[in-house]
Amino acid sequence: MYAFEIDRPTTLDAAVTALGQEEAQALGGGQTLIPALKQRLASPARLVSLTGIDELKGICVADDGALCIGAATSHATVAAEAAATYPALADLAAHIGDPAVRNRGTIGGSLANNDPSACYPAAVLASGATIRTNTREIAADDYFEGMFATALEEGEIITEIRFPVPEQAAYVKFAQPASRFALVGVFIARFGDGVRVAVTGASEDGVFRWTEAEAALSDDFRPEAVAGLSVDPEGMIGDLHGSPEYRAHLIRVLTGRAVAAA
Amino acid sequence: MPKDHGIGASSKRREDKRFLTGKGRYTDDINLPGQAHAWFVRSQVAHGRLTGVDTSAAEAMPGVLRVFTGADFEGVGGLPCGWLVTDRFGQPMQEPGHPVLARGKVRHVGDPVAVVVAETAEQARDAAEAVEVEIDELPAVLDMKAALDPDAPLVHDELKNNLCYDWGFVEENRAAVDAAFETAAHVTTLDLVNQRLVPNAMEPRVALGDFNPATEDSTLYTTSQNPHVIRLLMGAFVLGIPEHKLRVIAPDVGGGFGSKIFHYAEEAFCTFAAKQLKRPVKWTCTRSEAFISDAHGRDHVTRIELALDAEGHFQALRTETHANMGAYLSTFAPSIPTWLHGTLMAGNYKTPLIYVNVKAVFTNTVPVDAYRGAGRPEATYQLERVIDKAAREMGIDPVEIRRRNFITEFPYATPVAVEYDTGDYNATLDKLLEIADVAGFEARLADSKSRGMLRGLGLNCYIEACGIAPSQLVGQLGARAGLYESATVRVNATGGLVVMTGSHSHGQGHETTFAQVVADMIGIGEDMVEIVHGDTANTPMGMGTYGSRSLAVGGSAMVRATNKIIAKAKKIAAHLMEAAPEDIELKDGRFSVAGTDKSVAWGDVTLAAYVPHNYPLEDIEPGLEETAFYDPNNFTYPAGVYACEVEVDPDTGKVTVCSFAAADDFGNIVNPMIVSGQVHGGIAQGVGQALLEAASYDDYGQLLSGSYMDYAMPRADDVPFYRVDHSCATPCTHNPLGVKGCGEAGAIGSPPAVVNAVVDALQRAGHTGVTHIDMPLTPSRVWAAMQG
Ligand SMILES: Cc1cc2nc3c(=O)[nH]c(=O)nc-3n(C[C@H](O)[C@H](O)[C@H](O)COP(=O)(O)OP(=O)(O)OC[C@H]3O[C@@H](n4cnc5c(N)ncnc54)[C@H](O)[C@@H]3O)c2cc1C
Repeated sequence: MYAFEIDRPTTLDAAVTALGQEEAQALGGGQTLIPALKQRLASPARLVSLTGIDELKGICVADDGALCIGAATSHATVAAEAAATYPALADLAAHIGDPAVRNRGTIGGSLANNDPSACYPAAVLASGATIRTNTREIAADDYFEGMFATALEEGEIITEIRFPVPEQAAYVKFAQPASRFALVGVFIARFGDGVRVAVTGASEDGVFRWTEAEAALSDDFRPEAVAGLSVDPEGMIGDLHGSPEYRAHLIRVLTGRAVAAA
Repeated sequence: MPKDHGIGASSKRREDKRFLTGKGRYTDDINLPGQAHAWFVRSQVAHGRLTGVDTSAAEAMPGVLRVFTGADFEGVGGLPCGWLVTDRFGQPMQEPGHPVLARGKVRHVGDPVAVVVAETAEQARDAAEAVEVEIDELPAVLDMKAALDPDAPLVHDELKNNLCYDWGFVEENRAAVDAAFETAAHVTTLDLVNQRLVPNAMEPRVALGDFNPATEDSTLYTTSQNPHVIRLLMGAFVLGIPEHKLRVIAPDVGGGFGSKIFHYAEEAFCTFAAKQLKRPVKWTCTRSEAFISDAHGRDHVTRIELALDAEGHFQALRTETHANMGAYLSTFAPSIPTWLHGTLMAGNYKTPLIYVNVKAVFTNTVPVDAYRGAGRPEATYQLERVIDKAAREMGIDPVEIRRRNFITEFPYATPVAVEYDTGDYNATLDKLLEIADVAGFEARLADSKSRGMLRGLGLNCYIEACGIAPSQLVGQLGARAGLYESATVRVNATGGLVVMTGSHSHGQGHETTFAQVVADMIGIGEDMVEIVHGDTANTPMGMGTYGSRSLAVGGSAMVRATNKIIAKAKKIAAHLMEAAPEDIELKDGRFSVAGTDKSVAWGDVTLAAYVPHNYPLEDIEPGLEETAFYDPNNFTYPAGVYACEVEVDPDTGKVTVCSFAAADDFGNIVNPMIVSGQVHGGIAQGVGQALLEAASYDDYGQLLSGSYMDYAMPRADDVPFYRVDHSCATPCTHNPLGVKGCGEAGAIGSPPAVVNAVVDALQRAGHTGVTHIDMPLTPSRVWAAMQG
């Protein structure tokens, strides 16, 4: 780790100001950033910790029924407190990493990082959630811009994520054997006006919507509806843990399982 | 009734109290006044010519004491290899130099090029980034077969080629073996890979060198399984320090699995630099660094052929293996694919003709050496896989084909030069069928089917050889060390004992089991016996712990020393009771005169030994301390039968291990709980190899699985609850405790059971084309196999 300064603001305004300083970077739960610092892969001069800011933490249900989660809310808190309102989301959070990761890692950090194998991006995209920042609101469909790339501007802070709660939903993750991130993960959300299917772990472009399956499932919400579909392996990730063909195959299998589980 | 103390009791591991409460004292816990810190600059390319190392910028950085490069080691020896293998033409193996820091060339990613020593570890690391290393990259030699191509680039320019040796065993049998294949009713051939593994001990390696300018004594604290061996190798071959001026201390060590047997560059460096700088110098390996600097394990590519008669009797066995040595010869590397692998190819079977060929190859990868099982897992895996394949091809039940070929009479001399002293393979097989409930398999299969899962049962035998010996024989085979063990038993005046053993415990529980043995022999409480190990200054010259040798060899030395103690104590007791020594009996810690009611307590005798007021000084010396060395006259041969049941998800290829049963013959058992624990851990490692672990290089020699993000270690939920049994004991006939060794069996016996089970599951589901899948059987590989 290189030496750095750390600020621990207690208000969002103070955090925004702190992030305006040279070479400053937000610190959520540190479960991605700290390992990168330890390996000297990043060298911010200053970290601005967001986990001491009360207004960024906690879970509530808005008047329109949407589930609102503060960006600095830990995975463990989501797992516990979203269970009644949005069980599929709580279940996703409950299976991220290990207890240490879940107690420190935050939803905002996960979304800002947008790891192509991370779990939350699938939930956000499938739910059609809205990402709120200190300056604006970004629709999920506009937020994810490829591996580790998002619509966030330099210094922009995610403050809250608003999830419309679907009638039925499920997340099925097939764990990469070593990291236990998603080798492929599929989140399915069924709303009154249709089904959304988001896939993580598989594509070289990061999380994406499988629109063909969405159409089929909107017509017929049964596993059989996707049995005949297939995903083109082109553009899928190929690595030690699975070929593009394998990942493409898993997308269909897991989509069927998610429908069954929803 | 299970015993509650002494030999045979499941005494709780006394060392666990400090380990589980965070009170262990590991090498990294030791900090000396004035200590400086080392950081290694390592090659980031697999192969290249080292054209320049510029340390000037680094030297100017804050806290830097000195930057060392290969040039600083001009007058220093290289890291020695402890085993010379002679090839099948009678020629010595090619043995390249292994400098402490690279000179001329770098030969693998991780090869140390320079070292910064600074006031703090962070300063050393900062400065290490400023060391400018110029390398002209060369094509990396990675594939073993391609490495033997006449046009292949040379890993070592001074060698003829990349072949370390071409070994044939037994060379004289070759023609007869080939002839048997010509006439066999059936021949089964299998090509397989025993993949490269990273040992991943929980505690990464650490070295702390110290030098006392007043006495000119050097001390090395290190994470080692054998501190005396390190003292000898480093002192005599690398740094030229006589043993009496060098002390090596290996305190609590957090797992080794073989990887901490070897003498590493970092140990020599820290000892050397401490003397140069007149300050203690410490190096603590990071986990990332461990992946590219700890010796790896396995990495064999094999073709095995089994010739059978029409009834499935094995007629002959022939194997050809390419064994990866990596870039340099690690301490015992050449012996692993030869004497620890070829000699085990008979397995539990009376195959009359066997020929083993091994080509050891240099590549631009991390050196490969012993890893839990070392050679024996590779032998077992190929043999038990080819037997399963043969059984299937010939339509013989896999249990039956093994029974048909079992060795049933002992001692048995195999065609691969070893003599099994005892065993009862039918007994362990029967026990296994019982504890694995093989009879109930069909019902479980039906249950799996009803849930849409494929189920398979895999079973295999293994034999292994522990306590490699005797020294005279291994000397003829090329070992450059003896393979005895030592113990000093010191009885204190008030009756307590300290046993100083040459064995080293790094997870095995010696402090508990060794105490059980000595306490049992004397008939006193285990808490009266303390076990000391790991410090060359207070233990007799010993060879350390590996190859499941500690109880069989080290324990035997300890028994001998204790017998000497008892003999002398009887003389003292006889004197005290005015009786003849022959009439003295020792039981439950009291000496009595046979046929009388006269007795004295153990403590009376020990006190008399040190306060010899009433003592036969004319006949014996005061004091009660004895040393013994023990050099076994054979290996021990633990054997067993393992069974694994798996479920395979037909849609994803994911394998779940549903159950695992192990029936082992370890001879006599000192502590059943510890033995079970050793088997559990071994099976977890074996399941890890079968399903999860692989060190994979890309085409440029970069380690792709260089962290836990990509190198999959087994976790608690990857393994089932085990059913283990050690009741089928045939005691070893040639050591005093009748023990055989249990440390590696689990890792040796389990991979074939898992793979046999997966192949069985796929075959039962109609994937009849799938006769083999190479480890690790990851979901994607199993799925690909099912696609045909
Ligand atoms: C062992 C392990 C296993 C894991 N397994 C999984 C898994 O199975 N699935 C999964 O999805 N993830 C997994 N993770 C990742 C984990 O979920 C991380 O917590 C998460 O990716 C990052 O969140 P964080 O709060 O820790 O962010 P940090 O590490 O603190 O920050 C990550 C990045 O986000 C930025 N950032 C943080 N908060 C904000 C904010 N509010 N606004 C803007 N930018 C911000 C930081 O500047 C940084 O660039 C695992 C991590 C570990 C260590």
